[in-house]
Amino acid sequence: MNKVSSFPKTLVDVPWHYCPGCTHGIIHRLVAEVIEEMEIASKTVGIASVGCSCFCYDYFNFDVVASAHGRAPATATGVKRVHPDCLVFTYQGDGDLAAIGTAEIIHSAVRGEKISVIFVNNGIYGMTGGQMAPTTLPEMKATTSPYGRNTALTGYPIKMTEMLALQDGCVYAERTKISSVATINKTKKAIRKSFELQMTGKGFSVVEILSTCPTNWGMEPLESIKWMEENLETYYPVGVIKDEKEVK
Amino acid sequence: MTNKILMKGSEAIAEAAILSGCRYFFGYPITPQNEIPEYLAKHLPKVGGTFLQAESEISAIYMVLGGAAAGARVMTSSSSPGISLKQEGISYMAGAEAPCVIVNIMRGGPGLGAIQGAQPDYWQATRGGGHGDYRLLVLAPATVQEAVNLTYQAFDLADKYRNPVMILGDGILAQIMEPVELPEANMQLPEKAWAVGKNENRPRNIVSSSYPKVYELEQVNIRLHERYAQIKKNEVRWDSYLTEDAEYVIASYGSAARIAKAAIKMARAEGIKVGLIRPISVWPFPAEPFQRIIPQTKFFLSFEMCTGQMIDDVRLAIGNERPVYHYGRLGGVIPLPEELLAKIKELVKEAK
Amino acid sequence: MGLIKIREERCKGCTLCVNACPKKIIALASYVNSKGYNPATLTDEEACTGCGFCYAFCPDICIEVYR
Ligand SMILES: Cc1ncc(C[n+]2csc(CCOP(=O)(O)OP(=O)(O)O)c2C)c(N)n1
Ligand code: SF4
Ligand code: SF4
Ligand code: SF4
Ligand SMILES: [Mg+2]
Repeated sequence: MNKVSSFPKTLVDVPWHYCPGCTHGIIHRLVAEVIEEMEIASKTVGIASVGCSCFCYDYFNFDVVASAHGRAPATATGVKRVHPDCLVFTYQGDGDLAAIGTAEIIHSAVRGEKISVIFVNNGIYGMTGGQMAPTTLPEMKATTSPYGRNTALTGYPIKMTEMLALQDGCVYAERTKISSVATINKTKKAIRKSFELQMTGKGFSVVEILSTCPTNWGMEPLESIKWMEENLETYYPVGVIKDEKEVK
Repeated sequence: MTNKILMKGSEAIAEAAILSGCRYFFGYPITPQNEIPEYLAKHLPKVGGTFLQAESEISAIYMVLGGAAAGARVMTSSSSPGISLKQEGISYMAGAEAPCVIVNIMRGGPGLGAIQGAQPDYWQATRGGGHGDYRLLVLAPATVQEAVNLTYQAFDLADKYRNPVMILGDGILAQIMEPVELPEANMQLPEKAWAVGKNENRPRNIVSSSYPKVYELEQVNIRLHERYAQIKKNEVRWDSYLTEDAEYVIASYGSAARIAKAAIKMARAEGIKVGLIRPISVWPFPAEPFQRIIPQTKFFLSFEMCTGQMIDDVRLAIGNERPVYHYGRLGGVIPLPEELLAKIKELVKEAK
Repeated sequence: MGLIKIREERCKGCTLCVNACPKKIIALASYVNSKGYNPATLTDEEACTGCGFCYAFCPDICIEVYR
C-alpha cells in the first residue's frame, strides 16, 4: 500500500494551539496543500494577521510576515510590490478583516493589489474570548452581546466579500464553507483558483470561508458545523460572488 | 570640485533617499511635507521604484513593514498627526527588527493644531513614540545640506542596526531653499539574509514582533536594549558654535538652532559670551558635550519651538549642576532672534 | 483496500474524523494521551477503504492514509 495522504511538507510538524475541532486547522492544511501542489513554496510569503491564526507563522513552512490587527493587506501590499513574482496571501479572521481592517482590505481590492485573501469567518472574535464581531448574526450571543446581538443597537452583520466583489480591482470572490468532504474540496479549489489568478498576474481575489469557533460558540465541534450551516450560511450564502470572467 | 544646486528641504530629503537606494515610498498627504511624496511620485518611477499613496498613514506604515520585511529600502514621511497614527506600526517594526526611514516634518499641535513648523514631537520621537520598550535613532537636521547627508546615512543606519530611523524636521526646514551638494548614488545595498521573498536555498524566514513566550520576549528586549546601547556608543552626533569661551550655553536643534545662532551673533556683538550646543542625533542624545562644558557655564538655556521637551534631556545630562531654562514660541509661531536675545539678556542679568 | 495511521499524541479527540468516516470504523479510545485527550483509533482495519475522508476532516492532520 502507498501513502496517499499525510502531513504536507509546506507545514511544520509542531503541536498546534487551536482548540479541538477548530476549522482553522483544516483551512491551514488546504492552503499548504495548494502551495505544495503548485510547487511554489520557495516563492510564497504568507501574511499573518491578529486573531487565533496569528501564530500561523509557526505552522506554515515558508516565509511569513506577521502584521498587526487588520493591517495584513497593507503589509501584503509592501511585500508584493517588492517581490511581484512571489505568491503573497493574507490569512485573516472576521474581526481582523471586517472590523479594524476594513479600510486596508477594501483599498487593497480597490487598487487591484495582486494578492490573495483567505478570510476565515466564524462570526466572532475567537482569540479574545468570544466578543461580538461585525459579522455576528442578529440575536447571536457573544460575550459583548450577552442578550444576543441587538440590531437596533449594533446594526447588522457586514457582508465583506460582496463589498469587495463590487470593486473593479477584485477579479475573483467566492464564499465557501467547511462542513463536508465535498465543501472542503470546494474550498481547496477556490484557494487554488485564487492563487493561480495571482500567479498569472491578475488582480485581487478573496476566498471567504465560513468556519466555526466551537469554544466560543459553546458547542461540540460537530454541532458547531451544523450550527454554522443552519445559521451563518443563511446570512452568508456560499458560492461564487464574482468570477474572473466578469472582469472587464 | 563642488557641484551645488538649489533645493527645497523636502525635495532634498526625497532626492537623498533615492540616492541612498530607497526604491519604495508609502505615504499619505499632509502639510507641511507634501513635497516629499510629490517629488517621489515623480522621480521614483524613473529609477524603477514604486511610489504608492496609501488610504491612511496606518496603512502606509504597514506597507512599509511589508517592504522592509521583503528586504527593500523603504521610506514613509508625514507630519505630526500622521506620525501619531503610524506609532503602532513603528512599534511593530522595532519589534520585528525591520529597518526603515520615517520622516516627521513636525507642525504645531496638539490635535489638528496648525500646519506651520514647530517642534512639539520631541518626546514622541525620542521616547519611542508607540507602545513597548523601544527606541528610534532620531536625526534632526538644521540645514538642507544636513538633511541630505542625514537622510542618505539614515538608510545605512537603519540597515546596520535593523531598526527604524527617524528624520525629525519641521515646516521651516521642509520649505527653505538652499544650495546643496548631492552624494553619489549608493549602488551597493547590503544583503538581507533575514528578509522574506524567494527562498530556494535557505530555511524559511519569519519577520514578526510576536513572542508569546514571555521568557523569549524578555530575551528579545535584552537584545534590543543591547543594540540601543551600541547606537548610543556609536551614533551620537552634535555640533557646537562659539562654545570655547562661552559662559552661557544654548541647547537647540533643527530649525530653532538656526535662530539661536543668529541670536548668539547679536549677543556676542554686545559682548555676551553665549554659545550653542546643537544635538544632531536627538536620540541618542549627546549628553557628553553638555557635561564637559559645565565648569565654564553659568546656565543652560533650552531653546525649542514648544513648551520645553528637550530641556529634560539637558537636565538629565547635567543633573543639578547648573540652572536650565527654557525659551520658545508655540503652535507654529516662529521666534525671532531678537526675542531670544532679550531672554538671554534677562537671564544673564539675573545670574549676576 | 486501505489503512490509516493515527498519530494519537497529536490527536485532540474532536470526533470530526469519527463522523466523517463512511465506514464508521473510527472511534475515540477509552484512554487519554499525554495532553488529556481521548485519541481517535481505527476499530476495523479490514473495512478501511482508504477514502481519506478522515484525513480531509482532521483539523490537526493526525491521520496518514494508505491505499
Ligand atoms: C490594535 C489591536 N486591537 C485589539 C487587539 C486584540 N485582538 C486580538 S485578536 C482579536 C479578534 C480576532 O478575531 P478574528 O479576527 O475574528 O479572529 P478569530 O480569532 O476569530 O479567528 C482582537 C480584538 C489587538 N491585538 N490589537
Ligand atoms: S477560540 Fe475559536 S477560533 Fe480560536 S482556536 Fe478556539 S475554536 Fe478556533
Ligand atoms: S480512510 Fe476512509 S474508510 Fe478508512 S478510516 Fe478514513 S474515512 Fe474511514
Ligand atoms: S479529526 Fe483528528 S484530531 Fe479530531 S479526533 Fe480525529 S484524529 Fe483526532
Ligand atoms: Mg473570528
